[in-house]
Amino acid sequence: MRPFLAVVARDLRLARRQGTDIAMTLAFFVVVVALFPLGLGPTPELLSRIAPAVLWVTALLAAMLSFDRLFQQDSEDGGLEQLALSGLPLSLLALAKACAHWLTTGLPMLVLAPLLAVSLNLAADAYWTLVATLAIGTPVVSLFGTVGAALVVGARRAGVLVALIVLPLLIPVLIFAVSAVEASGAGLSVRVHLLFLGAILAASIPLAPLAAGAALRQALD
Amino acid sequence: MHRFANPTRFFRIANALLPVLGAVSAGLFAAGLYYALFDSPADYQQGETVRIMYVHVPAAWAALACYATMALAGASFLIWKHILADLAARAAAPIGAGFTLISLATGSLWGQPMWGTWWVWDARLTSVLILFFLYLGYIALVNAFDDQDRGGRAGAVLALVGAVNLPIIKFSVDWWNTLHQPASVLRMDGPSIAPEMLLPLMLMASAYFSLFGVMMILRLRSLYAGRRLRQMRLAAAAR
Repeated sequence: MRPFLAVVARDLRLARRQGTDIAMTLAFFVVVVALFPLGLGPTPELLSRIAPAVLWVTALLAAMLSFDRLFQQDSEDGGLEQLALSGLPLSLLALAKACAHWLTTGLPMLVLAPLLAVSLNLAADAYWTLVATLAIGTPVVSLFGTVGAALVVGARRAGVLVALIVLPLLIPVLIFAVSAVEASGAGLSVRVHLLFLGAILAASIPLAPLAAGAALRQALD
Repeated sequence: MHRFANPTRFFRIANALLPVLGAVSAGLFAAGLYYALFDSPADYQQGETVRIMYVHVPAAWAALACYATMALAGASFLIWKHILADLAARAAAPIGAGFTLISLATGSLWGQPMWGTWWVWDARLTSVLILFFLYLGYIALVNAFDDQDRGGRAGAVLALVGAVNLPIIKFSVDWWNTLHQPASVLRMDGPSIAPEMLLPLMLMASAYFSLFGVMMILRLRSLYAGRRLRQMRLAAAAR
């Protein structure tokens, strides 16, 4: 457990000292969301209709920008080999990286999203559902992103490649999250959608680190 | 299986098999298309458009089988490091992407008269579209590394990760009630489709699968030759 926490703490420390990385991801999130009212015109009904989809799609795109941070630097400066030699299994290393990534990207987006939802005029009933879908969904994003980032260590144009690999796998998360928020806006039950999201999270917590660990082992050979 | 991992032995058998498989595939396509287009009844509800099924359904089956082949080849490459397994996965990817595209396109053509729309975001259609993107992602990933082995290994992991999509596609029509019709051939209680429609469907499916075999052998041959060429060039450059 100690090495695991040490990796999480190290990544958090790195993220704090290179604060602009996180700030840029979040700024991208805010700016792109702000583009929609500008592009569509500020009709409140229209905005509240598209708010769940806009927030979720933008959150996914912003997350794509942040996956570079997971392994790219470590593999360039040799830190990845050091981490692999530390005795921590590679799948646990991947899980630690995913935890740190979620704390520095998913959690801030979770805090920002309700504020942005106000500007998009989201239905009042849907706020808690939005927060709930982000709370369950963004860890899945971090876990899948870890798999994608581990696969492209050392690849050419890694950033675009991660998006191409990870975004299709995240389509189910997007579908269930947005339909949950829309259902609660329409006053319907959100239970089924949230259960599906929970099932995806429950399956990806053990499986995604295994896949990411396997990918890292190939990268280090 | 390890006996056939030797490229020389494999290609000796594959090259002997190729003309037979090609002839079988051509024959099956001729017979299947004849039955499908001329000698099978029109559906009492869907009319003549039901004939799109004989192109659409086998293409979808072949697309799934292709991905399963890719995932199995990827797994055996990770476990036994046989070079042929990597080449098989690489060979299957564009073929599978082609089958997926055929099934998406014919499905769209069938959807327009049947449902009044070219595309709906239902579970079956969306999961097949994800399958198409997975193929594209795999092709992009294996070609993104300067070291071919590294690309093959990363691709193998991705192929295995993407395999979770296969059961989702198969059961999507049972789990979600949407426009796409439920399973009617591969069912626990036997096929619910009329026998005179099942015959051309099975002929076309066999034709698609033997075509898959033909294309696999052709692509494996060229990938293997390309790999040998690359090795020789590298050896010449190192000298």
